[in-house]
Amino acid sequence: MHRLANPRRFRRLADRVWPWTLAAMLLLLPVGLVWALVVAPPDYQQGDAARIMYVHVPAAWLATFVYAVIVVSAVVALVWRHPLAEVAGRAAAPIGAAFTFVALVTGAIWGKPMWGTWWVWDARLTSVLILFFLYLGYIALHDAFDDPQRGGRAAAILALVGAVDLPIIKFSVEWWNTLHQPASVLRLDGPTIAPEMLWPLLVMVAVFKLYFVTVWLLAIQTRLAERRIHTLWARRSAVEARPAAGSPSPAPASPAG
Amino acid sequence: MIRALLAVALRDLRIAVRRPAETLVGAVFFALALSLFPLGVGASPDVLTRIGAGVIWVLALFAVLLSLERMFQGDFEDGSLELLVLSPEPLELLVLGKCLAHWLTSGLLLVLVSPLLAVLMALPAEALWVLPVALVLGTPTLTLIGAIGAALMLGSRRGTATMALLVLPLYIPVLVFGVSAVDGYLLGLGGGTQLLVLGAMLMVALALAPFATAAALRLAFA
Repeated sequence: MHRLANPRRFRRLADRVWPWTLAAMLLLLPVGLVWALVVAPPDYQQGDAARIMYVHVPAAWLATFVYAVIVVSAVVALVWRHPLAEVAGRAAAPIGAAFTFVALVTGAIWGKPMWGTWWVWDARLTSVLILFFLYLGYIALHDAFDDPQRGGRAAAILALVGAVDLPIIKFSVEWWNTLHQPASVLRLDGPTIAPEMLWPLLVMVAVFKLYFVTVWLLAIQTRLAERRIHTLWARRSAVEARPAAGSPSPAPASPAG
Repeated sequence: MIRALLAVALRDLRIAVRRPAETLVGAVFFALALSLFPLGVGASPDVLTRIGAGVIWVLALFAVLLSLERMFQGDFEDGSLELLVLSPEPLELLVLGKCLAHWLTSGLLLVLVSPLLAVLMALPAEALWVLPVALVLGTPTLTLIGAIGAALMLGSRRGTATMALLVLPLYIPVLVFGVSAVDGYLLGLGGGTQLLVLGAMLMVALALAPFATAAALRLAFA
């Protein structure tokens, strides 16, 4: 892990990984879509409307998964002062917020014909809405300081506090009587969903995860490049401010590599 | 260590007492904002009784939120917070002292005003004791969670709106159980369980929140 603290080394690794995840995603996406939307049987009760599940469930899983990623990066950033972890958390946050939004919207679109309402204030929906606001709060706090490191650490603490929402989301369908159906895939006694539906769902989950990894790696690289530009500018203006007399002093080591 | 905690709490209380206008403004906001609701939704008693508990709780959340800024900001600007951070006493305890003083000058005032507000919102007589009890259990949690947000925001260039974004999502569980406790008693369903949950949340916040707040304060001087 500490080897990755060197941004150049991370960049080399990321450059080797993201084309593959992107290619795998582009390969699996048509497979998953056709399987989910054409091949898989319609639900015996809900008909074809249930097919929105193949987008809704992967998006919702990704929403919680990305927050878990942020929590892990927050721990790494706070405990080991790992410079890459802060960048990684901040880069993941907009992606997570976007997928939380997708999960909420697809759920609402499905809920209108099935439940007869766009939205109900049950525990699952409310806790996911809270997750969405936690993402926004994390991003806002991260960017609220002139010193990016200060913002990164503060946001990391907030991310840890917000982690209490994750188990609430997971178990909300068991602790409360919710309109949202209980878990049907990740269960101790095996999935209760029909295998003809489970497999395309798992393919779609893989597609979403691969998309996240690709975009995340690119976002981290963008942020690292941005930081590098800032350091270069700062160094250049420092050099220009200095009078031309004397030999050029060695440039200060850049933390952003 | 307990003496240090009490010393911090007493100091903050003394400051609060000597600036009564600043201290009371939260409670005044609470009562004033509440009086807008009968004007806004119509003053028929059955509507007010139905929404009363919820409105009072939401306004309590806002009142605490508004008072969070003065929790650390003044000390941060005049440098006394830095001395607290540097002191050999555990910062978590000093934070607890500041939270105690903050609650006594914000949450407790809301508790004291709440029976009056219950009458204004045409709540039944039972609310006169249920509402304060629920608020006594709930508002310290609001202070403790809010302290984390207040500490995190020190030195930032954003204001109360960002603080609301950080803190309000974490306040939602208190709101949910606070309102359902009061409504449970008013509808005759009993709200004992919800009161116990409020108490449990207070215990958890009491045990964990000072660590997060202290970490955030150390960060502000890192």
